Amino acid sequence: MATASVYKGSGFDFSNHVRNEFLGSRGVKLPKATSTGTTIVGCLFKDGIVLGADTRATEGPIVADKNCEKIHFISESIRCCGAGTAADTEFTTAMISSSIELHALSTGRKPRVVTAMTMLKQYLFRYQGHVGAALVLGGVDSTGAHLFTVAPHGSTDKLPYVTMGSGSLAAMAVFESQWRPNLERDEATKLVAAAISAGIFNDLGSGSNVDVCVITKDKTDMIRGFELPNERGRKERKYTFERGTTDFHVNSERIRRLVAEESITPFESPEAMDTT
Amino acid sequence: MSIMELNGGSVIAMVGKDCVAIASDLRLGNQALSISSNFQKIFPVTDRIYIGLPGLASDVATLRERFRLRVNMYTIKEERELEPETFAHLVSSTLYEKRFSPYFVEPVVAGLSKLPTSTPESPKFKPFICGTDLIGCLNFAKDFIVCGTASEKLFGVAEGLWEPDLEPEDLFETISQTLLNAVDRDAFSGWGAVVHVLTPDKVITRTLRGRMD
Repeated sequence: MATASVYKGSGFDFSNHVRNEFLGSRGVKLPKATSTGTTIVGCLFKDGIVLGADTRATEGPIVADKNCEKIHFISESIRCCGAGTAADTEFTTAMISSSIELHALSTGRKPRVVTAMTMLKQYLFRYQGHVGAALVLGGVDSTGAHLFTVAPHGSTDKLPYVTMGSGSLAAMAVFESQWRPNLERDEATKLVAAAISAGIFNDLGSGSNVDVCVITKDKTDMIRGFELPNERGRKERKYTFERGTTDFHVNSERIRRLVAEESITPFESPEAMDTT
Repeated sequence: MSIMELNGGSVIAMVGKDCVAIASDLRLGNQALSISSNFQKIFPVTDRIYIGLPGLASDVATLRERFRLRVNMYTIKEERELEPETFAHLVSSTLYEKRFSPYFVEPVVAGLSKLPTSTPESPKFKPFICGTDLIGCLNFAKDFIVCGTASEKLFGVAEGLWEPDLEPEDLFETISQTLLNAVDRDAFSGWGAVVHVLTPDKVITRTLRGRMD
């Protein structure tokens, strides 16, 4: 069936650019995008990879989201933590996840971590750092467990333990003093949680909870809220207002009923239906 | 001057017990000069989805029409009604398309989404709210979303006043008082306010009496 094309092709649209540049030249400050001034980490252990992230999203000095998810899905046994411009990490990982699925379908093999890493770095390099995604990519494939960092400009590192984001220094201090090869699963998860906690408590851009993702050959465990060290206490009193407190224009009130009319016709008995 | 302060305005959404509320002020300004006290920033998308668009007024008008087009195309192609979660992603991708030349709007979506157990005889709904930044980063909150020039004040008041499981009438009082008291401390928002409370069987819209200075 022929359908009128209303959707534009893929890729970014720069149609507001001239206007926005004009506004910028008139001294108008452009609003800040949500960034994840984050702590994200990953480390190798005996049977696979442990990834970790805090859950704070910031807009300048304001905490925009107290419990956001920074460990993104790439494939069943590949996950990716994102720091930097929140929308960029979200969309970049979603797009690569989609490409990886298509790649897996066309090759008929389980996707490899290097494939995801190469797709990510080529995409990010193409945008010369303007797509502000700093990533920690980890996973297990047929060639073993792999852990990478991908910087916004497209450079990558392959290391046994990595940290990124504004809390990376605090988290790296924990890894440098405590990481060793062939850690047990429990030890590795505890170490990752300790590294994220170091970011949460020592870096202002990171906060709230610890998310952890353990990837092994045959299972991936995504644990949201692995540690909840900053839970809000219960309010001692109720602060609701008495009904009728707010003064509104009574004749301006509009009530739109969504259930227009209702009629219920009960069946007399099950035999009432004639099926002959 | 920030671009959000050019026209002013703020939006807030809150979750209640089987209901949601979304409210905004009614000011349209040209920097410090107020132009209108009846500028609509909240628009119905479907019967059970509302979107609030605080920010640059010309982009409010543009995006309102773009969303209307895309929602209609979805409804025609899919032959079913749009759910709030789907609409949130539609908003997000519309904004991210212009990642490098954004619209100066920070949308807030409030709606009731149909549960899988829902049947035409006994419809069941789950409250849904979310916000995005100007390039479409989604923020799914379980309590409230604030946006606009009074967002810092709204954050403070809402954090203090919101509590879980408010009935529609109590939610109306909470969201109204939160908005009114926050915009009274913001020079670029105010001049009256409008509140929509969405419940499974009706939508209540009320225009509040607020300070006109």
